[in-house]
Amino acid sequence: MRALVVAEHDGRRIAESTAKCVACALEIAPGAVDIVVFSGPEQDALAAEAATLAGVSRVLRVIRDANGAPLAAVLAPQLAAVAERYTHVLGPSTTFGKDLMPRAAALLGVGQISDIMAVEAPHRFKRPIYAGNVIVTVEAEPEHVLVGTVRTASYRPVQEAATPAPIEDLSLDHVPVPEHTRFLSLETERSHRPDLQTAERVVAGGRAFGSAEGFELVTRLADALGAAVGASRAAVDAGFAPNDPQVGQTGKVIAPKLYIALGISGAIQHVTGIKDAGTIVAINKDPEAPIFDVADVGLVADVFDAVPALIDELKRRQ
Amino acid sequence: MSETPRRILVAIKRVVDYNVRVRVTADRTGVATDGAKMSINPFDEIALEEALRIKERGDADEVVVCSVGTPEWQPQLRTALAMGADRALLVDAQTEDLEPLDVARVLAALVEREAPLIVLLGKQAIDGDDNQTGQMLAALWQRPQATFASTVRLSAGRAVVAREVDAGIETIDVELPAVITTDLRLNQPRYVKLPDILKAKQKRLDVVPIAELGVEPVRRFRTVAYEEPPPRRRGIRVSSPAELVAALVERGALR
Repeated sequence: MRALVVAEHDGRRIAESTAKCVACALEIAPGAVDIVVFSGPEQDALAAEAATLAGVSRVLRVIRDANGAPLAAVLAPQLAAVAERYTHVLGPSTTFGKDLMPRAAALLGVGQISDIMAVEAPHRFKRPIYAGNVIVTVEAEPEHVLVGTVRTASYRPVQEAATPAPIEDLSLDHVPVPEHTRFLSLETERSHRPDLQTAERVVAGGRAFGSAEGFELVTRLADALGAAVGASRAAVDAGFAPNDPQVGQTGKVIAPKLYIALGISGAIQHVTGIKDAGTIVAINKDPEAPIFDVADVGLVADVFDAVPALIDELKRRQ
Repeated sequence: MSETPRRILVAIKRVVDYNVRVRVTADRTGVATDGAKMSINPFDEIALEEALRIKERGDADEVVVCSVGTPEWQPQLRTALAMGADRALLVDAQTEDLEPLDVARVLAALVEREAPLIVLLGKQAIDGDDNQTGQMLAALWQRPQATFASTVRLSAGRAVVAREVDAGIETIDVELPAVITTDLRLNQPRYVKLPDILKAKQKRLDVVPIAELGVEPVRRFRTVAYEEPPPRRRGIRVSSPAELVAALVERGALR
Protein backbone atom coordinates (compact mmCIF):
# COMPACT_ATOMS: atom_id res chain seq x y z
CA MET A 1 0.00 0.00 0.00
CA ARG A 2 1.13 3.54 -0.76
CA ALA A 3 -1.03 6.44 0.36
CA LEU A 4 -1.01 10.06 -0.69
CA VAL A 5 -2.56 12.78 1.46
CA VAL A 6 -3.55 16.11 -0.06
CA ALA A 7 -2.52 18.93 2.27
CA GLU A 8 -5.11 21.55 3.16
CA HIS A 9 -3.78 25.01 3.92
CA ASP A 10 -4.76 28.68 3.90
CA GLY A 11 -1.59 29.86 2.16
CA ARG A 12 0.16 30.41 5.50
CA ARG A 13 -0.25 27.29 7.60
CA ILE A 14 -0.99 23.64 7.02
CA ALA A 15 -4.46 22.89 8.45
CA GLU A 16 -4.85 20.43 11.31
CA SER A 17 -7.10 18.37 9.03
CA THR A 18 -3.94 17.33 7.17
CA ALA A 19 -2.41 15.79 10.31
CA LYS A 20 -5.67 13.92 10.89
CA CYS A 21 -5.65 12.58 7.33
CA VAL A 22 -2.08 11.39 7.84
CA ALA A 23 -3.25 9.52 10.97
CA CYS A 24 -5.88 7.73 8.88
CA ALA A 25 -3.48 7.09 5.99
CA LEU A 26 -0.92 5.50 8.35
CA GLU A 27 -3.53 2.91 9.34
CA ILE A 28 -3.86 1.98 5.66
CA ALA A 29 -0.22 2.20 4.58
CA PRO A 30 2.13 2.26 7.59
CA GLY A 31 5.47 3.75 6.63
CA ALA A 32 4.31 4.63 3.12
CA VAL A 33 2.43 7.90 3.39
CA ASP A 34 3.35 10.90 1.24
CA ILE A 35 1.84 14.37 1.35
CA VAL A 36 1.30 16.53 -1.70
CA VAL A 37 1.25 20.29 -1.14
CA PHE A 38 -0.19 22.38 -3.97
CA SER A 39 0.68 26.04 -3.55
CA GLY A 40 1.55 29.30 -5.25
CA PRO A 41 5.17 30.45 -5.60
CA GLU A 42 5.00 32.68 -2.49
CA GLN A 43 3.82 29.81 -0.32
CA ASP A 44 6.83 27.51 -0.55
CA ALA A 45 7.28 27.28 3.26
CA LEU A 46 4.16 25.16 3.56
CA ALA A 47 5.95 22.02 2.41
CA ALA A 48 8.46 22.36 5.27
CA GLU A 49 5.61 22.46 7.75
CA ALA A 50 3.99 19.39 6.17
CA ALA A 51 7.34 17.59 6.43
CA THR A 52 7.23 17.83 10.23
CA LEU A 53 4.17 15.59 10.51
CA ALA A 54 5.12 12.26 12.10
CA GLY A 55 4.98 9.18 9.90
CA VAL A 56 5.24 11.02 6.60
CA SER A 57 7.78 9.49 4.18
CA ARG A 58 8.00 12.32 1.67
CA VAL A 59 6.46 15.66 0.81
CA LEU A 60 5.76 16.47 -2.82
CA ARG A 61 5.77 20.21 -3.41
CA VAL A 62 3.86 21.37 -6.48
CA ILE A 63 4.35 25.08 -7.02
CA ARG A 64 2.44 26.83 -9.77
CA ASP A 65 0.93 30.28 -10.14
CA ALA A 66 -2.56 28.82 -10.57
CA ASN A 67 -2.23 26.87 -7.29
CA GLY A 68 -2.32 29.96 -5.09
CA ALA A 69 -6.04 29.58 -4.42
CA PRO A 70 -7.65 26.22 -3.59
CA LEU A 71 -9.74 25.80 -6.74
CA ALA A 72 -10.89 22.22 -7.27
CA ALA A 73 -11.05 22.62 -11.04
CA VAL A 74 -7.37 23.60 -11.06
CA LEU A 75 -6.05 21.14 -8.46
CA ALA A 76 -8.04 18.05 -9.50
CA PRO A 77 -6.22 17.35 -12.80
CA GLN A 78 -2.86 17.73 -11.07
CA LEU A 79 -3.92 15.46 -8.22
CA ALA A 80 -5.19 12.89 -10.71
CA ALA A 81 -1.81 12.99 -12.46
CA VAL A 82 0.05 12.20 -9.21
CA ALA A 83 -2.51 9.68 -7.97
CA GLU A 84 -1.48 6.96 -10.40
CA ARG A 85 1.58 6.15 -8.30
CA TYR A 86 -0.51 5.38 -5.20
CA THR A 87 -3.01 2.79 -3.99
CA HIS A 88 -4.89 5.38 -1.90
CA VAL A 89 -5.42 9.12 -2.22
CA LEU A 90 -6.97 10.83 0.78
CA GLY A 91 -8.15 14.33 1.56
CA PRO A 92 -9.96 15.77 4.56
CA SER A 93 -13.75 15.78 4.75
CA THR A 94 -13.70 19.56 5.08
CA THR A 95 -15.16 21.87 2.46
CA PHE A 96 -11.72 21.89 0.78
CA GLY A 97 -11.57 18.10 0.47
CA LYS A 98 -15.25 17.68 -0.29
CA ASP A 99 -14.87 20.07 -3.21
CA LEU A 100 -11.65 18.64 -4.60
CA MET A 101 -11.62 14.88 -4.06
CA PRO A 102 -14.74 13.83 -6.05
CA ARG A 103 -13.56 15.89 -9.01
CA ALA A 104 -10.20 14.12 -8.94
CA ALA A 105 -11.90 10.72 -8.50
CA ALA A 106 -14.10 11.27 -11.55
CA LEU A 107 -11.06 12.28 -13.62
CA LEU A 108 -9.47 8.99 -12.55
CA GLY A 109 -12.68 7.13 -13.45
CA VAL A 110 -13.12 5.83 -9.90
CA GLY A 111 -15.66 6.34 -7.14
CA GLN A 112 -14.99 7.84 -3.75
CA ILE A 113 -15.52 6.76 -0.17
CA SER A 114 -16.64 9.83 1.76
CA ASP A 115 -16.19 10.47 5.49
CA ILE A 116 -13.96 7.52 6.42
CA MET A 117 -14.37 7.11 10.19
CA ALA A 118 -12.46 3.84 10.65
CA VAL A 119 -10.10 1.69 8.62
CA GLU A 120 -10.98 -2.00 8.99
CA ALA A 121 -8.56 -3.14 6.30
CA PRO A 122 -6.78 -1.29 3.48
CA HIS A 123 -9.89 -1.64 1.33
CA ARG A 124 -12.58 -1.87 4.00
CA PHE A 125 -13.85 1.22 5.81
CA LYS A 126 -16.59 2.42 8.10
CA ARG A 127 -18.50 5.55 7.24
CA PRO A 128 -21.70 7.25 8.42
CA ILE A 129 -24.84 7.61 6.31
CA TYR A 130 -28.25 9.12 7.14
CA ALA A 131 -26.74 11.88 9.23
CA GLY A 132 -24.76 9.38 11.26
CA ASN A 133 -27.81 7.34 12.25
CA VAL A 134 -26.41 4.37 10.38
CA ILE A 135 -22.80 3.26 10.09
CA VAL A 136 -21.92 1.16 7.06
CA THR A 137 -18.89 -0.96 6.32
CA VAL A 138 -17.87 -0.54 2.70
CA GLU A 139 -15.45 -2.65 0.68
CA ALA A 140 -13.61 -1.45 -2.39
CA GLU A 141 -11.82 -3.35 -5.14
CA PRO A 142 -8.05 -3.30 -4.61
CA GLU A 143 -7.29 -3.03 -8.33
CA HIS A 144 -8.35 0.63 -8.51
CA VAL A 145 -6.82 3.59 -6.76
CA LEU A 146 -8.98 4.36 -3.75
CA VAL A 147 -10.03 7.97 -3.37
CA GLY A 148 -11.47 8.91 0.00
CA THR A 149 -12.22 11.75 2.36
CA VAL A 150 -11.38 11.39 6.04
CA ARG A 151 -13.93 12.39 8.66
CA THR A 152 -11.68 14.65 10.70
CA ALA A 153 -13.72 14.30 13.92
CA SER A 154 -12.80 10.59 13.96
CA TYR A 155 -9.01 11.05 14.01
CA ARG A 156 -6.44 12.67 16.25
CA PRO A 157 -3.70 14.62 14.47
CA VAL A 158 -0.30 12.93 14.24
CA GLN A 159 2.46 14.45 16.36
CA GLU A 160 5.52 16.28 15.18
CA ALA A 161 8.30 14.12 13.72
CA ALA A 162 11.77 13.98 15.32
CA THR A 163 13.32 14.55 11.90
CA PRO A 164 11.37 16.14 9.05
CA ALA A 165 10.58 14.15 5.92
CA PRO A 166 12.40 14.96 2.68
CA ILE A 167 10.76 17.46 0.33
CA GLU A 168 10.73 16.87 -3.42
CA ASP A 169 9.76 19.49 -5.95
CA LEU A 170 7.41 18.05 -8.51
CA SER A 171 6.62 19.89 -11.71
CA LEU A 172 3.19 19.23 -13.12
CA ASP A 173 3.38 22.06 -15.63
CA HIS A 174 2.65 19.56 -18.39
CA VAL A 175 -0.80 18.95 -16.87
CA PRO A 176 -3.18 21.51 -18.38
CA VAL A 177 -5.43 23.32 -15.93
CA PRO A 178 -8.60 25.21 -16.89
CA GLU A 179 -8.94 28.97 -16.75
CA HIS A 180 -12.73 29.01 -16.49
CA THR A 181 -12.75 29.42 -12.72
CA ARG A 182 -11.41 32.46 -10.87
CA PHE A 183 -10.94 32.97 -7.16
CA LEU A 184 -12.25 36.39 -6.07
CA SER A 185 -12.19 36.59 -2.29
CA LEU A 186 -12.39 34.83 1.05
CA GLU A 187 -14.19 36.56 3.89
CA THR A 188 -13.33 35.05 7.22
CA GLU A 189 -14.87 35.91 10.53
CA ARG A 190 -11.67 36.85 12.32
CA SER A 191 -12.25 37.04 16.00
CA HIS A 192 -10.43 36.61 19.27
CA ARG A 193 -12.37 33.42 19.87
CA PRO A 194 -10.96 29.99 19.09
CA ASP A 195 -11.83 28.33 15.79
CA LEU A 196 -14.98 26.23 15.98
CA GLN A 197 -13.48 23.26 14.18
CA THR A 198 -10.47 22.85 16.48
CA ALA A 199 -11.65 24.42 19.78
CA GLU A 200 -11.49 22.34 22.97
CA ARG A 201 -14.67 24.01 24.23
CA VAL A 202 -17.71 25.05 22.21
CA VAL A 203 -20.83 26.89 23.37
CA ALA A 204 -23.70 26.75 20.89
CA GLY A 205 -27.10 28.40 20.84
CA GLY A 206 -30.42 27.54 19.27
CA ARG A 207 -33.77 29.00 18.42
CA ALA A 208 -34.63 29.72 22.08
CA PHE A 209 -32.61 32.96 22.01
CA GLY A 210 -35.20 34.57 19.76
CA SER A 211 -33.02 37.31 18.29
CA ALA A 212 -29.47 38.32 17.45
CA GLU A 213 -29.43 40.39 20.66
CA GLY A 214 -30.56 37.38 22.67
CA PHE A 215 -27.88 35.26 20.98
CA GLU A 216 -25.21 37.50 22.48
CA LEU A 217 -25.70 35.54 25.70
CA VAL A 218 -24.16 32.58 23.86
CA THR A 219 -21.04 34.58 23.03
CA ARG A 220 -20.85 35.92 26.59
CA LEU A 221 -20.77 32.40 28.01
CA ALA A 222 -18.31 31.33 25.31
CA ASP A 223 -15.99 34.18 26.31
CA ALA A 224 -16.30 33.28 29.99
CA LEU A 225 -15.11 29.77 29.09
CA GLY A 226 -12.62 30.68 26.37
CA ALA A 227 -14.81 28.68 24.01
CA ALA A 228 -15.74 28.88 20.33
CA VAL A 229 -19.29 29.82 19.37
CA GLY A 230 -21.58 27.45 17.51
CA ALA A 231 -25.20 27.59 16.41
CA SER A 232 -27.97 25.21 15.48
CA ARG A 233 -29.45 25.28 12.01
CA ALA A 234 -32.63 26.77 13.47
CA ALA A 235 -30.72 29.73 14.92
CA VAL A 236 -28.86 30.28 11.65
CA ASP A 237 -32.02 29.98 9.55
CA ALA A 238 -33.79 32.43 11.83
CA GLY A 239 -30.95 34.88 11.26
CA PHE A 240 -29.73 35.16 14.90
CA ALA A 241 -26.33 33.70 14.14
CA PRO A 242 -24.01 34.08 11.14
CA ASN A 243 -23.61 31.17 8.73
CA ASP A 244 -20.28 29.64 9.45
CA PRO A 245 -20.74 28.43 13.04
CA GLN A 246 -23.55 26.04 12.14
CA VAL A 247 -23.02 22.67 13.76
CA GLY A 248 -24.61 19.50 12.38
CA GLN A 249 -24.90 17.15 9.43
CA THR A 250 -25.24 20.05 7.04
CA GLY A 251 -22.77 22.29 8.87
CA LYS A 252 -19.68 21.47 10.84
CA VAL A 253 -18.98 18.15 12.52
CA ILE A 254 -16.92 18.84 15.63
CA ALA A 255 -15.39 16.93 18.52
CA PRO A 256 -14.53 19.38 21.32
CA LYS A 257 -13.76 18.18 24.85
CA LEU A 258 -16.71 20.20 26.17
CA TYR A 259 -19.86 21.08 24.21
CA ILE A 260 -22.59 23.21 25.76
CA ALA A 261 -25.91 23.30 23.89
CA LEU A 262 -28.09 26.22 24.93
CA GLY A 263 -31.74 26.26 23.90
CA ILE A 264 -31.06 23.65 21.21
CA SER A 265 -33.75 21.00 20.86
CA GLY A 266 -31.34 18.38 19.53
CA ALA A 267 -32.66 17.49 16.07
CA ILE A 268 -30.96 14.41 14.59
CA GLN A 269 -29.01 16.50 12.12
CA HIS A 270 -27.58 18.64 14.93
CA VAL A 271 -26.66 15.73 17.18
CA THR A 272 -24.74 14.19 14.28
CA GLY A 273 -22.38 17.14 14.42
CA ILE A 274 -21.49 16.73 18.13
CA LYS A 275 -21.62 12.99 18.78
CA ASP A 276 -17.87 12.74 19.27
CA ALA A 277 -17.66 15.52 21.86
CA GLY A 278 -16.11 14.55 25.20
CA THR A 279 -18.77 15.99 27.49
CA ILE A 280 -22.10 17.29 26.23
CA VAL A 281 -24.06 19.75 28.38
CA ALA A 282 -27.63 20.74 27.56
CA ILE A 283 -29.66 23.60 28.95
CA ASN A 284 -33.23 23.69 27.67
CA LYS A 285 -36.55 24.60 29.24
CA ASP A 286 -38.30 21.68 27.55
CA PRO A 287 -37.58 18.59 29.68
CA GLU A 288 -38.57 16.38 26.73
CA ALA A 289 -36.09 17.96 24.31
CA PRO A 290 -34.15 15.18 22.52
CA ILE A 291 -30.85 16.92 23.29
CA PHE A 292 -31.15 15.49 26.83
CA ASP A 293 -30.89 11.97 25.36
CA VAL A 294 -27.30 12.63 24.36
CA ALA A 295 -26.31 15.06 27.11
CA ASP A 296 -23.94 13.95 29.86
CA VAL A 297 -25.17 16.78 32.07
CA GLY A 298 -28.61 18.33 31.60
CA LEU A 299 -30.27 21.34 33.19
CA VAL A 300 -33.96 22.03 32.57
CA ALA A 301 -34.14 25.82 32.67
CA ASP A 302 -34.84 28.88 30.59
CA VAL A 303 -31.61 29.98 28.93
CA PHE A 304 -32.30 33.62 29.79
CA ASP A 305 -32.22 32.71 33.51
CA ALA A 306 -29.64 29.95 33.50
CA VAL A 307 -26.96 31.39 31.23
CA PRO A 308 -26.41 34.68 33.14
CA ALA A 309 -26.38 32.68 36.39
CA LEU A 310 -23.86 30.28 34.88
CA ILE A 311 -21.63 33.15 33.77
CA ASP A 312 -21.78 34.59 37.32
CA GLU A 313 -20.98 31.18 38.78
CA LEU A 314 -17.95 30.80 36.52
CA LYS A 315 -16.72 34.29 37.37
CA ARG A 316 -17.12 33.58 41.07
CA ARG A 317 -14.90 30.52 40.75
CA GLN A 318 -12.07 32.37 39.05
CA MET B 1 -35.15 30.35 -36.07
CA SER B 2 -34.94 31.07 -32.37
CA GLU B 3 -31.76 30.38 -30.45
CA THR B 4 -31.43 27.48 -28.02
CA PRO B 5 -33.37 28.36 -24.87
CA ARG B 6 -31.24 29.30 -21.89
CA ARG B 7 -31.91 26.18 -19.90
CA ILE B 8 -31.26 25.17 -16.31
CA LEU B 9 -31.11 21.48 -15.52
CA VAL B 10 -31.93 20.63 -11.91
CA ALA B 11 -31.08 17.14 -10.66
CA ILE B 12 -33.23 15.86 -7.81
CA LYS B 13 -33.04 12.73 -5.72
CA ARG B 14 -35.88 11.03 -3.91
CA VAL B 15 -34.91 10.36 -0.28
CA VAL B 16 -36.51 9.34 2.99
CA ASP B 17 -38.04 12.54 4.38
CA TYR B 18 -35.67 14.36 6.69
CA ASN B 19 -38.11 14.10 9.60
CA VAL B 20 -38.10 10.30 9.50
CA ARG B 21 -35.62 8.55 11.74
CA VAL B 22 -34.31 5.55 9.85
CA ARG B 23 -33.29 2.26 11.44
CA VAL B 24 -31.15 -0.64 10.41
CA THR B 25 -33.24 -3.69 9.46
CA ALA B 26 -33.44 -6.54 11.95
CA ASP B 27 -31.15 -8.71 9.81
CA ARG B 28 -28.64 -5.83 9.53
CA THR B 29 -28.48 -6.04 5.74
CA GLY B 30 -29.89 -2.63 5.01
CA VAL B 31 -31.88 0.36 6.16
CA ALA B 32 -35.61 0.01 6.77
CA THR B 33 -37.26 2.51 4.45
CA ASP B 34 -40.46 0.60 3.59
CA GLY B 35 -43.51 2.78 4.04
CA ALA B 36 -41.41 5.79 5.06
CA LYS B 37 -42.46 9.16 3.75
CA MET B 38 -40.36 10.00 0.68
CA SER B 39 -39.48 13.54 -0.37
CA ILE B 40 -37.25 15.55 -2.64
CA ASN B 41 -33.78 15.76 -1.09
CA PRO B 42 -33.92 19.12 0.77
CA PHE B 43 -30.75 20.46 -0.87
CA ASP B 44 -32.16 19.61 -4.32
CA GLU B 45 -35.35 21.46 -3.45
CA ILE B 46 -33.18 24.51 -2.77
CA ALA B 47 -31.49 23.96 -6.14
CA LEU B 48 -34.87 23.91 -7.87
CA GLU B 49 -35.99 27.05 -6.04
CA GLU B 50 -32.83 28.84 -7.17
CA ALA B 51 -33.40 27.75 -10.78
CA LEU B 52 -36.97 29.06 -10.66
CA ARG B 53 -35.81 32.39 -9.25
CA ILE B 54 -33.15 32.72 -11.97
CA LYS B 55 -35.84 32.10 -14.58
CA GLU B 56 -38.22 34.56 -12.89
CA ARG B 57 -35.51 37.22 -12.98
CA GLY B 58 -35.29 36.71 -16.74
CA ASP B 59 -31.84 35.08 -16.72
CA ALA B 60 -33.10 31.72 -18.02
CA ASP B 61 -35.92 30.50 -20.25
CA GLU B 62 -36.59 26.97 -19.13
CA VAL B 63 -36.15 24.85 -15.98
CA VAL B 64 -35.91 21.10 -16.56
CA VAL B 65 -35.87 18.73 -13.58
CA CYS B 66 -34.33 15.30 -13.85
CA SER B 67 -33.84 12.24 -11.67
CA VAL B 68 -31.88 9.04 -12.02
CA GLY B 69 -33.90 6.36 -10.27
CA THR B 70 -36.96 4.21 -10.82
CA PRO B 71 -40.53 4.89 -12.00
CA GLU B 72 -41.43 5.17 -8.31
CA TRP B 73 -39.71 8.55 -8.29
CA GLN B 74 -42.40 10.17 -10.44
CA PRO B 75 -44.35 11.74 -7.53
CA GLN B 76 -41.29 13.76 -6.48
CA LEU B 77 -40.79 14.93 -10.07
CA ARG B 78 -44.48 15.93 -10.16
CA THR B 79 -43.92 17.95 -7.00
CA ALA B 80 -41.00 19.65 -8.74
CA LEU B 81 -43.27 20.44 -11.69
CA ALA B 82 -45.85 21.83 -9.27
CA MET B 83 -43.18 24.07 -7.77
CA GLY B 84 -42.71 25.52 -11.24
CA ALA B 85 -40.32 23.41 -13.33
CA ASP B 86 -41.31 23.38 -17.01
CA ARG B 87 -40.78 19.69 -17.70
CA ALA B 88 -39.25 16.59 -16.16
CA LEU B 89 -36.97 13.77 -17.22
CA LEU B 90 -36.78 10.52 -15.33
CA VAL B 91 -33.89 8.26 -16.23
CA ASP B 92 -35.03 4.76 -15.33
CA ALA B 93 -31.96 3.02 -13.93
CA GLN B 94 -34.07 0.14 -12.54
CA THR B 95 -32.40 0.71 -9.20
CA GLU B 96 -32.36 3.44 -6.59
CA ASP B 97 -28.90 2.53 -5.66
CA LEU B 98 -26.53 3.95 -8.26
CA GLU B 99 -23.15 5.15 -7.07
CA PRO B 100 -22.55 8.90 -7.41
CA LEU B 101 -20.09 8.43 -10.30
CA ASP B 102 -22.75 6.63 -12.32
CA VAL B 103 -25.35 9.28 -11.53
CA ALA B 104 -22.79 11.82 -12.72
CA ARG B 105 -22.22 9.80 -15.91
CA VAL B 106 -25.98 9.77 -16.58
CA LEU B 107 -26.20 13.51 -15.91
CA ALA B 108 -23.26 14.08 -18.25
CA ALA B 109 -25.22 12.25 -20.96
CA LEU B 110 -28.31 14.38 -20.24
CA VAL B 111 -26.19 17.50 -20.44
CA GLU B 112 -25.18 16.46 -23.96
CA ARG B 113 -28.85 16.31 -24.94
CA GLU B 114 -30.13 19.35 -23.10
CA ALA B 115 -27.16 21.72 -23.41
CA PRO B 116 -27.99 23.62 -20.21
CA LEU B 117 -26.42 26.88 -19.13
CA ILE B 118 -26.33 25.67 -15.54
CA VAL B 119 -26.79 22.35 -13.79
CA LEU B 120 -28.05 22.94 -10.26
CA LEU B 121 -28.21 20.23 -7.59
CA GLY B 122 -27.89 19.80 -3.86
CA LYS B 123 -24.44 19.57 -2.30
CA GLN B 124 -25.37 16.19 -0.87
CA ALA B 125 -28.30 13.84 -0.52
CA ILE B 126 -29.36 13.29 3.08
CA ASP B 127 -29.42 9.49 2.71
CA GLY B 128 -25.94 8.57 1.45
CA ASP B 129 -24.37 11.89 2.55
CA ASP B 130 -21.71 11.38 -0.16
CA ASN B 131 -21.39 14.96 -1.42
CA GLN B 132 -19.87 13.84 -4.75
CA THR B 133 -22.29 13.93 -7.69
CA GLY B 134 -22.03 17.61 -8.68
CA GLN B 135 -18.24 17.63 -8.51
CA MET B 136 -18.03 14.41 -10.53
CA LEU B 137 -20.40 15.75 -13.18
CA ALA B 138 -18.31 18.93 -13.48
CA ALA B 139 -15.19 16.79 -13.99
CA LEU B 140 -16.79 14.59 -16.66
CA TRP B 141 -18.31 17.62 -18.38
CA GLN B 142 -14.97 19.47 -18.07
CA ARG B 143 -16.77 22.54 -16.78
CA PRO B 144 -16.47 24.72 -13.66
CA GLN B 145 -17.97 23.72 -10.35
CA ALA B 146 -19.25 26.09 -7.68
CA THR B 147 -20.06 23.91 -4.70
CA PHE B 148 -21.87 24.82 -1.44
CA ALA B 149 -23.39 27.97 -2.95
CA SER B 150 -24.98 30.54 -0.66
CA THR B 151 -25.57 33.23 -3.29
CA VAL B 152 -25.56 33.05 -7.10
CA ARG B 153 -25.38 36.08 -9.40
CA LEU B 154 -25.36 35.76 -13.19
CA SER B 155 -24.03 38.24 -15.70
CA ALA B 156 -22.56 38.13 -19.17
CA GLY B 157 -22.11 34.40 -19.45
CA ARG B 158 -20.53 34.04 -16.04
CA ALA B 159 -21.72 33.30 -12.50
CA VAL B 160 -20.36 34.85 -9.34
CA VAL B 161 -21.00 32.38 -6.55
CA ALA B 162 -20.47 32.83 -2.82
CA ARG B 163 -19.54 29.48 -1.30
CA GLU B 164 -19.91 28.39 2.30
CA VAL B 165 -16.46 27.09 3.19
CA ASP B 166 -15.10 26.17 6.62
CA ALA B 167 -13.14 29.41 6.92
CA GLY B 168 -16.08 31.65 5.98
CA ILE B 169 -17.47 32.75 2.63
CA GLU B 170 -15.38 32.24 -0.50
CA THR B 171 -16.44 33.96 -3.70
CA ILE B 172 -15.53 32.57 -7.10
CA ASP B 173 -16.33 33.61 -10.63
CA VAL B 174 -17.06 30.83 -13.12
CA GLU B 175 -17.64 30.77 -16.84
CA LEU B 176 -20.93 29.23 -17.92
CA PRO B 177 -21.97 26.54 -18.49
CA ALA B 178 -21.18 25.32 -14.99
CA VAL B 179 -22.33 23.04 -12.20
CA ILE B 180 -23.59 24.71 -9.02
CA THR B 181 -24.31 22.74 -5.84
CA THR B 182 -26.45 24.32 -3.17
CA ASP B 183 -26.01 24.86 0.53
CA LEU B 184 -28.83 25.41 2.98
CA ARG B 185 -28.90 29.16 3.14
CA LEU B 186 -29.13 29.82 -0.58
CA ASN B 187 -32.90 30.29 -0.33
CA GLN B 188 -36.12 29.11 1.29
CA PRO B 189 -38.03 26.91 -1.17
CA ARG B 190 -41.60 27.95 -1.96
CA TYR B 191 -44.66 25.98 -0.90
CA VAL B 192 -46.61 24.17 -3.55
CA LYS B 193 -50.19 25.41 -4.01
CA LEU B 194 -53.09 23.14 -4.90
CA PRO B 195 -53.83 24.71 -8.33
CA ASP B 196 -50.18 24.19 -9.23
CA ILE B 197 -50.43 20.51 -8.35
CA LEU B 198 -53.33 20.19 -10.76
CA LYS B 199 -51.48 22.15 -13.44
CA ALA B 200 -48.39 19.97 -12.99
CA LYS B 201 -50.36 16.93 -14.14
CA GLN B 202 -50.44 18.45 -17.63
CA LYS B 203 -46.71 19.05 -17.80
CA ARG B 204 -44.35 16.79 -19.71
CA LEU B 205 -42.59 14.01 -17.78
CA ASP B 206 -40.48 11.80 -20.04
CA VAL B 207 -39.10 8.48 -18.89
CA VAL B 208 -35.80 7.54 -20.50
CA PRO B 209 -34.27 4.06 -20.03
CA ILE B 210 -30.69 4.35 -18.81
CA ALA B 211 -29.47 2.18 -21.72
CA GLU B 212 -30.68 4.83 -24.16
CA LEU B 213 -28.10 7.18 -22.68
CA GLY B 214 -25.33 4.64 -23.19
CA VAL B 215 -24.49 4.36 -19.49
CA GLU B 216 -23.94 0.98 -17.92
CA PRO B 217 -23.74 1.27 -14.13
CA VAL B 218 -20.75 -0.30 -12.40
CA ARG B 219 -20.64 -1.50 -8.81
CA ARG B 220 -17.32 -0.30 -7.39
CA PHE B 221 -18.11 -0.53 -3.69
CA ARG B 222 -19.90 -3.18 -1.69
CA THR B 223 -21.65 -2.41 1.58
CA VAL B 224 -20.99 -5.44 3.76
CA ALA B 225 -22.48 -4.33 7.08
CA TYR B 226 -25.04 -1.92 8.49
CA GLU B 227 -25.11 -0.97 12.14
CA GLU B 228 -26.48 1.72 14.38
CA PRO B 229 -23.97 3.83 16.24
CA PRO B 230 -23.60 2.96 19.91
CA PRO B 231 -25.89 5.26 21.93
CA ARG B 232 -24.25 7.70 24.28
CA ARG B 233 -24.58 6.79 27.93
CA ARG B 234 -27.51 8.62 29.45
CA GLY B 235 -26.27 11.47 31.57
CA ILE B 236 -27.33 13.13 34.78
CA ARG B 237 -29.77 15.98 35.46
CA VAL B 238 -28.77 18.91 37.64
CA SER B 239 -31.09 21.54 39.04
CA SER B 240 -29.05 24.74 39.06
CA PRO B 241 -26.15 26.45 37.28
CA ALA B 242 -24.02 25.94 40.43
CA GLU B 243 -24.67 22.20 40.35
CA LEU B 244 -23.90 22.22 36.65
CA VAL B 245 -20.48 23.74 37.24
CA ALA B 246 -19.83 21.29 40.08
CA ALA B 247 -20.77 18.34 37.85
CA LEU B 248 -18.41 19.54 35.13
CA VAL B 249 -15.57 19.94 37.60
CA GLU B 250 -16.23 16.45 38.91
CA ARG B 251 -16.07 15.03 35.37
CA GLY B 252 -12.82 16.90 34.72
CA ALA B 253 -14.46 18.95 31.97
CA LEU B 254 -13.81 22.16 33.89
CA ARG B 255 -11.14 23.09 36.37
